[in-house]
Amino acid sequence: MHEMSLALNIVELAEAECRAAGGEMISRVEVEVGALAGVMPEALQFCFAAACRETMAEGAELEIITVAGRGECASCRQVGTMAEQFTLCSACGGLMRPLQGQELRLAAIVVD
Amino acid sequence: MCDDCGCGPGAEGVTITRAGQKRRAATMDRAGHAHDHAVAAGVGHEPVQGRRLEVAREVLAGNNEQAAHNREHLQARRVVALNLVSSPGSGKTTILEQTIRRLAGVRPVAVIEGDQQTLLDAERIEKTGVPVVQINTGAGCHLDAAMVHRALHELKLREDSLLFIENVGNLVCPAMFDLGETAKVVIISVTEGEDKPLKYPAMFAAARWCLINKIDLLPHLDFDLEKCREYALRVNPELQFVALSARSGEGMEEWLAVLEDLAAK
Repeated sequence: MHEMSLALNIVELAEAECRAAGGEMISRVEVEVGALAGVMPEALQFCFAAACRETMAEGAELEIITVAGRGECASCRQVGTMAEQFTLCSACGGLMRPLQGQELRLAAIVVD
Repeated sequence: MCDDCGCGPGAEGVTITRAGQKRRAATMDRAGHAHDHAVAAGVGHEPVQGRRLEVAREVLAGNNEQAAHNREHLQARRVVALNLVSSPGSGKTTILEQTIRRLAGVRPVAVIEGDQQTLLDAERIEKTGVPVVQINTGAGCHLDAAMVHRALHELKLREDSLLFIENVGNLVCPAMFDLGETAKVVIISVTEGEDKPLKYPAMFAAARWCLINKIDLLPHLDFDLEKCREYALRVNPELQFVALSARSGEGMEEWLAVLEDLAAK
C-alpha cells in the first residue's frame, strides 16, 4: 500500500503548484501512471480521496492517464510491448528492459 | 515539503527513537529540525482561476531529491550505506547482529531500524553496542528518504562507517523508494519459495546483492538453491549472491569480505 504515500506526494505537489499560481482550490488532478510503475490505479484512487481531505484539493477529481509498457530486449534488441515489469522477449526469450511505462508523474492540475 | 532539503511530508504517525532513550511522546515537528521556511509571497505570479496548469513533475521527485541529499551527506563522510530489504521473517535482524559482532574493532557500524511498531529490533541491535535509531512508520509499509534523513540527524555517524538500514519487512513497496543508500541488499530465506524472485521481481531488480539465509535448514527443506539463483538472475543478470546462515555462521566470512570490498571502494 505505498499508494497512500504516493497520493500524499501527489496532493502536496499539486498544492505547491496551485499556490505558486496564486490559486486557492484544486478541482482536478491528472496523473500519468505507467503500466510498469508498480502502482495499482484503484488503490491510488482510493487513497487520493483520503489524501485530499483538508487540503486545497479537497473533493478534487483524479484522472489517471495510463501509459503502456514498452521495452527493448537486452539480448536481441527487439522492441515490444511489456505488460509487466518482468517480461521475456517474444523473439529470443531474453530479458526486456523498459523504455516506457515506468512513469509516475503529476501531469496537470485544474485550479479554481 | 521543505524546499531546502525535502524533509517533511507524510511524516504523521512516524516516530524516530534513538536506542537507549525513551520514545518521544509526540511525533517530531514535521522535519524534526528547523529550517527557514519563509516563502517569497506571490513573486511574479498572477492569480489563476479555473485554469488547467501543465505541471509535468515526477511524483517521487521530492523523495529522490531528499535521497540525493542523504547520499551526499553519507559520501562526504565516506559512509557505505546498505538498505536491507526482504519479507518479514527472513532473518534480517539476526544477520545484522552477527555481522556487527564480526565487525567489532574492524570498522565503525551504525544501524537504522525500520518497523511499523515497537522498539524490539533496536533493542536487539543496541545489545551489540553500536549506535541505533528506530524508525516506526506507523501504518507505513516502507521507509522513505525523509524518514532516513531525520534518523541521520539523530545518529552521529563516524567517518568510514558502515550504515545498515533495515527496511520494513515488505518485498514490494521499499523497491520504489530511494533512501540515498549505496546499494540495496535483498534477503531471502530458504524457508520461503525459490520462485520469490519471479513473484516479486521489482525488489530483485533493484538490488545489487542477494543474501540467501538459513542455509543450515537446507537438509530439511525442498528449497532449490540453484533454481532460486537462476530465477533471480533472470530478473537481474547483475545480481550477486551470498548463501549463508546467520545462525550457524556458514557463509558469514564471504559476506564480510563483500562488506570490506564495498567499504574499500
